[in-house]
Amino acid sequence: MPLAIRRLVAQPSFYATAGAVLVWLVIVAHSHGVGGGAVISGALNYSVFFALVGVGQMLVMASGAGNIDLSIPANITLAAYLSSGQMQGANAGMAAGFAIGLLSGVIIGLANALLILALRIPPMVATLASGLVIESFCFAYSRVSVAKPAPLLVSFTTQRLAGIPLVVIAAIVASAAVIAVLKRSLFGRHIFACGQNMTAAWLAGVNVRRTRVFAYVACSTFAALAGILFAGFTGGPSLNMGSEFLLSSIAVVVIGGTNVAGGQASVVGTWSASIFLFLLLTMLNVFQVDPGLKNVITGALIIAVLALGKANRPQAQ
Amino acid sequence: MAIQRTDGRAADEGALLALRGISKSFGPVQALKQVDLEVRGGELLGLVGHNGAGKSTLMNILFGVTSPDRGDIILESQAMDERYGPALAHRLGIRCVFQELSLCPNLSAVENALIVHPSLEGTGWKRRAKSLILTRLHEIFPGHGIDVQTPVGNLPIGQRQMVEIARAFTESNNLAKVVILDEPTSSLDSSAAQQLLRFLQRTVLDGKACILITHKLTEVLNFAQRVVVMKDAGVVADVSGAGLSRERLFTLMGSVERAMVTPEASSFAGMRRVDVVGNTGGPSELRIEAGETVGLAGLAGHGQKEVLHRIYAASRSGRDKGCRVTGSAAYVSGDRQREGIFPLWSIASNITIASVRSLSRGSFINPVKEQRLAEAWREKINIRSKSVLQSILSLSGGNRQKALVARAFATDAEIILFDDPTRGVDFDTKRELYSQIDSASRSGRCFVWYTTETDELFLCDRVYVFHEGKVVDSLVRSELSEERLLQASFHEA
Repeated sequence: MPLAIRRLVAQPSFYATAGAVLVWLVIVAHSHGVGGGAVISGALNYSVFFALVGVGQMLVMASGAGNIDLSIPANITLAAYLSSGQMQGANAGMAAGFAIGLLSGVIIGLANALLILALRIPPMVATLASGLVIESFCFAYSRVSVAKPAPLLVSFTTQRLAGIPLVVIAAIVASAAVIAVLKRSLFGRHIFACGQNMTAAWLAGVNVRRTRVFAYVACSTFAALAGILFAGFTGGPSLNMGSEFLLSSIAVVVIGGTNVAGGQASVVGTWSASIFLFLLLTMLNVFQVDPGLKNVITGALIIAVLALGKANRPQAQ
Repeated sequence: MAIQRTDGRAADEGALLALRGISKSFGPVQALKQVDLEVRGGELLGLVGHNGAGKSTLMNILFGVTSPDRGDIILESQAMDERYGPALAHRLGIRCVFQELSLCPNLSAVENALIVHPSLEGTGWKRRAKSLILTRLHEIFPGHGIDVQTPVGNLPIGQRQMVEIARAFTESNNLAKVVILDEPTSSLDSSAAQQLLRFLQRTVLDGKACILITHKLTEVLNFAQRVVVMKDAGVVADVSGAGLSRERLFTLMGSVERAMVTPEASSFAGMRRVDVVGNTGGPSELRIEAGETVGLAGLAGHGQKEVLHRIYAASRSGRDKGCRVTGSAAYVSGDRQREGIFPLWSIASNITIASVRSLSRGSFINPVKEQRLAEAWREKINIRSKSVLQSILSLSGGNRQKALVARAFATDAEIILFDDPTRGVDFDTKRELYSQIDSASRSGRCFVWYTTETDELFLCDRVYVFHEGKVVDSLVRSELSEERLLQASFHEA
């Protein structure tokens, strides 16, 4: 293989991207080359929420083996309710709605970090428990208040510029910023150092505690942002709007080539995986596959992508 | 390359194990070129050479961890085919004590012993495995005091190393015929190292063979019957150990013995850097001044590491009332696997991680400055690699350690904390390091140096001897002697 191709295949994001392209080609071939652009545009408009949530989860998972945020679904729901509740269907409340939604994300992140770092509860249990608590908040809040997103927010999540949804453009800009931070900033260096070996990171002068708090706060802030936007996209919050993000937030990170053991991450891969998963479902719908079989095929294809990626990626000792 | 052979015996006669024409490359790096080696029963073979000479690769091939590109492995006159791997090697009686240690950290010493002796399984395995490992530990390291029931990962590195060694010599229905020891004494204190070497001498008498890889030439000169010297991926000499002199061994290895640098008295006296009270309890408190090199002595695991950690933590937080630190500190650990290396990163990122803060504007790192710094230290510390952008894992153990030393030196820390930093480093590199320490302390840096090598204590301005977590003696260089150190280590003073 020529060097350029070998380099491309060695990219952690290669298999998720290749999978997305392949599935897209199948869909386009099935429709005899019609509507390829519309399929991409539609996929982007929906996968952008999964990508945003995934980028946050990715930061947590890259900060060390065993780190994970399972409070994401509840976090999304709460941010959606709080922001839409503030907006009350009027543009005037939009800024305040965003602020209160994001603030709830930051607070949830700090609370998770407190449980994990100060009380030393394993992340999986700590975030699962905090998720349950947040869920009850959502339930209580949904009964006492009317929540409706601002019309401006609704149009922002659905309108397109040159065929690309506005919300996607904004999310791509945010993701580019995350890439720059991970590649070039002290925080990026520190998060990957913690992810590989926390003792070594501490002895090399990294403030391990602060770095891990940052990772959890960044994750829950991204989830809250996704929740606010998703409420606009779907026309209003609902109590179970977060549930489909639980497994997919982890799946897109892993399929995207981020090292589950920590120390390495791929933003591009997370995006590709989000698109791949959505296109996969689209394809199976287009072929009118039986719902039971659909799950089997989805599962099998995810395993295939993971197996290929693992086999071809150089492993650390 | 002509091999110097002085023992005159015919090849293959009674060889337990032989390698024929072994070659191995890793990418562009040739690690072994046409290497021949044979090992006979009843023999303690010393294998010496610089970092990166190919010793560890050779041992990995012997044990089946790596397969050679070319050449044959012959065990008791039987050539091995491509199925040869660690499991088969173990069944055939080849054992290996790895420099990076191969115990499962989450299992106890007893459970680790069981893994390599499946025949012990069944009811009562725990008792059988425990007696197996304990017998060997008592035999090799009398008075070791190791808890064989606790997860090995919780043991200090010296004790982990003892367990790894003892395990290699355990025998069930599976016997140990050839035991390869890669830097086995690198984390042992001198009395444990002596215990091991005397055991090796005894144990080969009943027909076993041991291969001892070490940078400590005294060990080879005093204990090995035959010495094989490796250089630049090949064997350059194969000589009898009897009557071998230190100078001759140096010449064979292609290095010149230079006089040790003797640091001069510090000119920064009076500028206190570290002050530890409490915890020391003994006649003296621990204090370190700018420009000073202070050694921490005593048997391994008697609190030296804890003090280093305490000083480091105090330099970071400043909240420890009993430990006042003025200035910032950098830490070099000899336990590189657990406390040093970032395995997914390049050599460059591994070197610069402790100094990226000073290379950045705002919170963004300047990549040009970063690469320049890494390149400069690669040259200064003489890390053997084509480029600093290669993975840190492409380096040999000793060179990885150099990268960690470079990491600390590249910072602007006034205090450097050494936790046995020369573990697995060859003596040319050690000498380079000593002169680096010397010139750094002239410019006011101070060093707190825990070492398991008595020779290195003689380079220190002052030595604190530890026993059971407390400082029991404090010696300035002129008072230092091996007897005095031993006495204090066992707290007989």
